[in-house]
Amino acid sequence: MLTINNLHAELEEEGKQILKGVDLVVEPGKVHAIMGPNGSGKSTLSYILAGRDGYAVTEGSATLDGVDLLEMAPEERAAAGLFLAFQYPVEIPGVGNMTFLRTALNAQRKAQGQEELSAGDFLKFVREKAKTLKIDAEMLKRPVNVGFSGGEKKRNEILQMQVLEPKMCILDETDSGLDVDAMKLVAEGVNGLRDGKRSFLVITHYQRLLDHIQPDVVHIMANGRIIRTGGPELALEVENNGYADLLAEAN
Amino acid sequence: MALPKLKADATEARLAPLSLPQGGAAWAEAARHDALNRVGAMGLPARRDEYWRYTNPADLLSPQAPRAALFVSDELPPFDAVDRLKVVFVDGVIDPAQSDDLTLAGLEITTLADALSQDAHWSREVFGQLEARGQKPVERAFAALNTAFAAEGVVIRAMGKAAKPVSLIYRRSTETADALMHHVIRVESGADLSVLENGPAAARLNTVMEVDVADGGAFHHVRTQGRDRERRAATHIFARVGEGATYKSFTLTVNGALTRNETVIEILGDDAVAHVAGACLGDGADFNHDDTVFITHDALRCESRQVFKKVLKNGATGIFQGKILVKPGAQKTDGYQISQSLLLDDDSQFLAKPELEIYADDVACSHGSTSGAIDETALFYLRSRGVPEKEAVDLLTLAFLAEAMDEIEDQALADDLRGRLVAWLRRRH
Repeated sequence: MLTINNLHAELEEEGKQILKGVDLVVEPGKVHAIMGPNGSGKSTLSYILAGRDGYAVTEGSATLDGVDLLEMAPEERAAAGLFLAFQYPVEIPGVGNMTFLRTALNAQRKAQGQEELSAGDFLKFVREKAKTLKIDAEMLKRPVNVGFSGGEKKRNEILQMQVLEPKMCILDETDSGLDVDAMKLVAEGVNGLRDGKRSFLVITHYQRLLDHIQPDVVHIMANGRIIRTGGPELALEVENNGYADLLAEAN
Repeated sequence: MALPKLKADATEARLAPLSLPQGGAAWAEAARHDALNRVGAMGLPARRDEYWRYTNPADLLSPQAPRAALFVSDELPPFDAVDRLKVVFVDGVIDPAQSDDLTLAGLEITTLADALSQDAHWSREVFGQLEARGQKPVERAFAALNTAFAAEGVVIRAMGKAAKPVSLIYRRSTETADALMHHVIRVESGADLSVLENGPAAARLNTVMEVDVADGGAFHHVRTQGRDRERRAATHIFARVGEGATYKSFTLTVNGALTRNETVIEILGDDAVAHVAGACLGDGADFNHDDTVFITHDALRCESRQVFKKVLKNGATGIFQGKILVKPGAQKTDGYQISQSLLLDDDSQFLAKPELEIYADDVACSHGSTSGAIDETALFYLRSRGVPEKEAVDLLTLAFLAEAMDEIEDQALADDLRGRLVAWLRRRH
């Protein structure tokens, strides 16, 4: 599904190197988690995969089902099936949440050669999904993320994921700013999308989220590289001992 | 004080081809002569005048109108689906054949020439009077010129709730028409009138609309100014708002080489409301759009709002000169003013001069003025969800204009104009 090979990247303006050779393969249907201390490059990796400006890839590659991601515009990556749930979902005053969702879905359907959904069909489609995430009609009408609580913003990210049905989902610290109940709700939303084919890359600081979204593989990232890869037990090791031992080992 | 020679010469040159309309009653003739004297005393604007520093008046001063190519729109005309009383002007001259019969329950409506020919007509208390009041403290000499020379226009008196809006439709048939139109409107106590305006009107247009809203009256105004790229327009609205009365005006401008929309509102009765809003989309270095607004609060507990949003690209220029004047004793005034521009490239510019002048101590007045580019973070967010870049920019552009569009109360009219914004963005001009 997602194949990252020796990826090097730096901040465009400062020339500061952030990724120093990331290797990662996420197989179809699998959930991979990336953990790591602050500043290890986890969020940068997610931004580079989604196509955010401001980063320069200096070496290596990233492909989705064999297609080169790094050559594509962000919207083309989305149409190819990549989705990034933002750590800080963006507020867009003046654009209604419903309009946003419908524009996004129809743009993708168009890019994939499918017919656009009518307003009525779309409404039915979204309402059903919104209900399970406890997103009410009022939230759907409001401008995108404006005045949403931290939990509402994250639920809205998951709603977008459910509406767009991507094949590769990247969740960037989706657990940050969530209380236990909100985290369960979000995790249920994600688990509902696990169908044996769709893949996930879950970026997190804490083991907590992984109690709810069970990973198949756990990676530890530090200083721009994956330094350890293991099973779910690796997350528990971090939870119990912190990163210090792993970092020392890597050095 | 004598005018500087350059100004006197420019004024004389502009007046030379004009002649005072004949056939008016004595009071009307007197009003026109007074206006002509005002023009003589003030002189027409020059680039160095404080309120003309950002908009060059040269094209408004030339004796002949600069030629403007005719434009054939492929869109349905604005307000097409709205039930309205249509008054059609071609090159600034009323065309009875294309217009509806000028009768409507609750309204008295006639032509300017007809009203001004009558010895006793209510319009004598308004015609040239509100314009004259509006010359202080800022001179608006093109408006005085209009009062003196305009022979065309409508005169409307609302005595109850008008059954439908009066729609003034301005068509063009020649590339050189130089139109002067003067409308006089009185909304009587408790009456309610909506006026719509659309179309380019002429190669060069100068309008004055004097609006007298009596106590408890309500006046709504929605206009759009025509997509002709080369048209030039100087419009003036002078409004007087009485106790508990409402005045609301919205203007959509897309294209046009020069647009100067002046609005002068005097709030004279307590508990009155005056809102002025505008949205504009300009593309190209030949686009110059200027909103110049002056709202005077001279009563208790009144509310005024100015909401102006401009989207500018490829070297377009937007201008906002807005003032709130709160007179001594106008306590509990609530004044709000916002002017914002979205600059879609580095070549466009927005020049803003927000002014507050307050002589009462118990008031709430706020103003803000900003210029900005498209929010890159929001753009990336939209694109990461699969929205192509151009569509995402359009969505954010519409979002930027939303606050101004929301000022239109009538939803059918608002939707009509929103559709025009979307179409303009899709066409990219």
